[in-house]
Amino acid sequence: MTSLPTTPSKKKLGLVIDLDICVGCHACAVNCKEWNTGGHSAPLTDTDPYGADPTGVWFNRIHSFEVENEDTGGRTVHFPKSCLHCDDAPCVTVCPTGASYKREEDGIVLVNADHCIGCKLCSWACPYGAREYDEDAGVMKKCTLCVDKIYNPNLPEESRVPACVSTCPVGARSFGDLGDPDSDVSKLVAKRSGYDLMPEQECKPTNKYLPPRPKKLGNDAPPPELAPVADSSAGVIARWVDKFLSA
Amino acid sequence: MHPAKSVIFFTTASGAGYGLLALLIAGNIFGLIPAQFWLAFIGYAVSYVLITGGLLSSTFHLGHPERAWRALTQWRSSWLSREGVMAILTFIPTGLYALHQLFFPEMMQGIMGLLGVVGVICAIVTVYCTAMIYASLKPIHAWSNNYVPAGYLLLALMSGLLLLNSLLALWGFATASLQLVTLLVLGVALGWKITYWRFLDSSKSISTPESATGLGEFGAVKLFEAPHTEANYLMKEMGFKIARKHSAKLRLITLLAGFIAPILLIILGLFLGTVGSGVLMMLAVISAAIGLVTERWLFFAEARHTVGLYYGAPHA
Ligand code: SF4
Ligand code: SF4
Ligand code: SF4
Repeated sequence: MTSLPTTPSKKKLGLVIDLDICVGCHACAVNCKEWNTGGHSAPLTDTDPYGADPTGVWFNRIHSFEVENEDTGGRTVHFPKSCLHCDDAPCVTVCPTGASYKREEDGIVLVNADHCIGCKLCSWACPYGAREYDEDAGVMKKCTLCVDKIYNPNLPEESRVPACVSTCPVGARSFGDLGDPDSDVSKLVAKRSGYDLMPEQECKPTNKYLPPRPKKLGNDAPPPELAPVADSSAGVIARWVDKFLSA
Repeated sequence: MHPAKSVIFFTTASGAGYGLLALLIAGNIFGLIPAQFWLAFIGYAVSYVLITGGLLSSTFHLGHPERAWRALTQWRSSWLSREGVMAILTFIPTGLYALHQLFFPEMMQGIMGLLGVVGVICAIVTVYCTAMIYASLKPIHAWSNNYVPAGYLLLALMSGLLLLNSLLALWGFATASLQLVTLLVLGVALGWKITYWRFLDSSKSISTPESATGLGEFGAVKLFEAPHTEANYLMKEMGFKIARKHSAKLRLITLLAGFIAPILLIILGLFLGTVGSGVLMMLAVISAAIGLVTERWLFFAEARHTVGLYYGAPHA
């Protein structure tokens, strides 16, 4: 059913992405592909993978932006983006078949691949570009919030988080219930002034982004002179090492 | 947006088909079209061929055409579903009315008139639903506005009128009054198209690279590196770009072939005899068809989607 749930779920599972920490290594995108090509929406088809025009299905992509500012100088911000599991998801309501739906119990937005006719309308309706058409299967696919991992009883408790979250080497991604104001993720969002992408599109995304911390300015002094590691009173070996290193 | 041939053909052909169908029925109800069997027969045949051809072609671009029936289920929320439902519903009153008019004109006149009115309304609502599929997509600034449904309805009426005029001319029933009405509609449609392009050229989406990333408070946002080196589905489908000089050329073709040539041909026809005006009417239909297909191609090609903001577009 492609009407949104009449009683919106209290539980809103989603991601919090810290743009201050992300180093743009693409590890989350790779592990997303790795997990999901065997998961709920498998496979994540690649077409012409070794040819001249390779293209494929990815649920998570890392963009890098340059932010220019005359006063504070430029900065580079790495920007991972996957489905934001919106509260008012237009990709759900436009779907003519009922294949696209939002789960009542936790707010996850999914596609039923057995009902999708591949009309692509949902990908037009999503302002964020979070839907991926699989040419091979003829159906729409998208980030599942790793629904087959986060509830998987065969996995140890601590592994029941999305693949992109568990793989991030710097901990830039957090997962949790953003509908509960007392959850760790909600507290993090409150503390760091997490925000919505394109609020003017009125999709009410669940995922939140944490802004980069302000740059430390006014520290233009040259780095202090390096002090020699050893002076003449040092022992023979220390002086020898010093001589060797400063040669 | 990527201009898919099947969708361009579908929207232009079915629009013309519904326009002609509604005009044939309305014309018969009000006795404005001479009751001539073959004229009506060919008229209805042309409308249904255009409508059905369009509907079939719209299923060609689906990943799973065999599941197309599922698209009739979500009319509560989806304009695409509503359009499918309305397209099928419209066959009932209009089909019954056409059969009645052609084969049993004596029977149940009162009820049939009512059925005809319902049929005309259904045809209009179907075209409106088609337009709303596009007009309801907020991420696409060029589409989510009131010009779009107005234009779809106007162009359906315009192409229906052109078809009706040439049918009438072929049967030697051409009337100056209907041609004047057609001229008026062509003029209004031309004005609408120019206004729409003005709107498109002078406005842009409220979303920006700054709002898309939320980094506006730190400065001006520019793409530094795309997520990958090759094009992906999003860029091919939503990031379709058309060079300004091409779009200027195609806009000119739209204006000349779609509106100005038909206007001149009809005016010329008013001064010629029936045979001459019949030939000119056919030419006007052909010219308008070229113009309207170009118009629909541009409708897609010139539309920018907010997803472009994540791939280096300065605005959407
Ligand atoms: S990000 Fe796009 S695909 Fe995901 S729920 Fe929102 S509108 Fe739908
Ligand atoms: S592509 Fe599939 S999921 Fe998307 S709107 Fe069409 S039928 Fe629904
Ligand atoms: S939640 Fe899962 S499917 Fe979604 S981006 Fe992360 S790894 Fe991919």
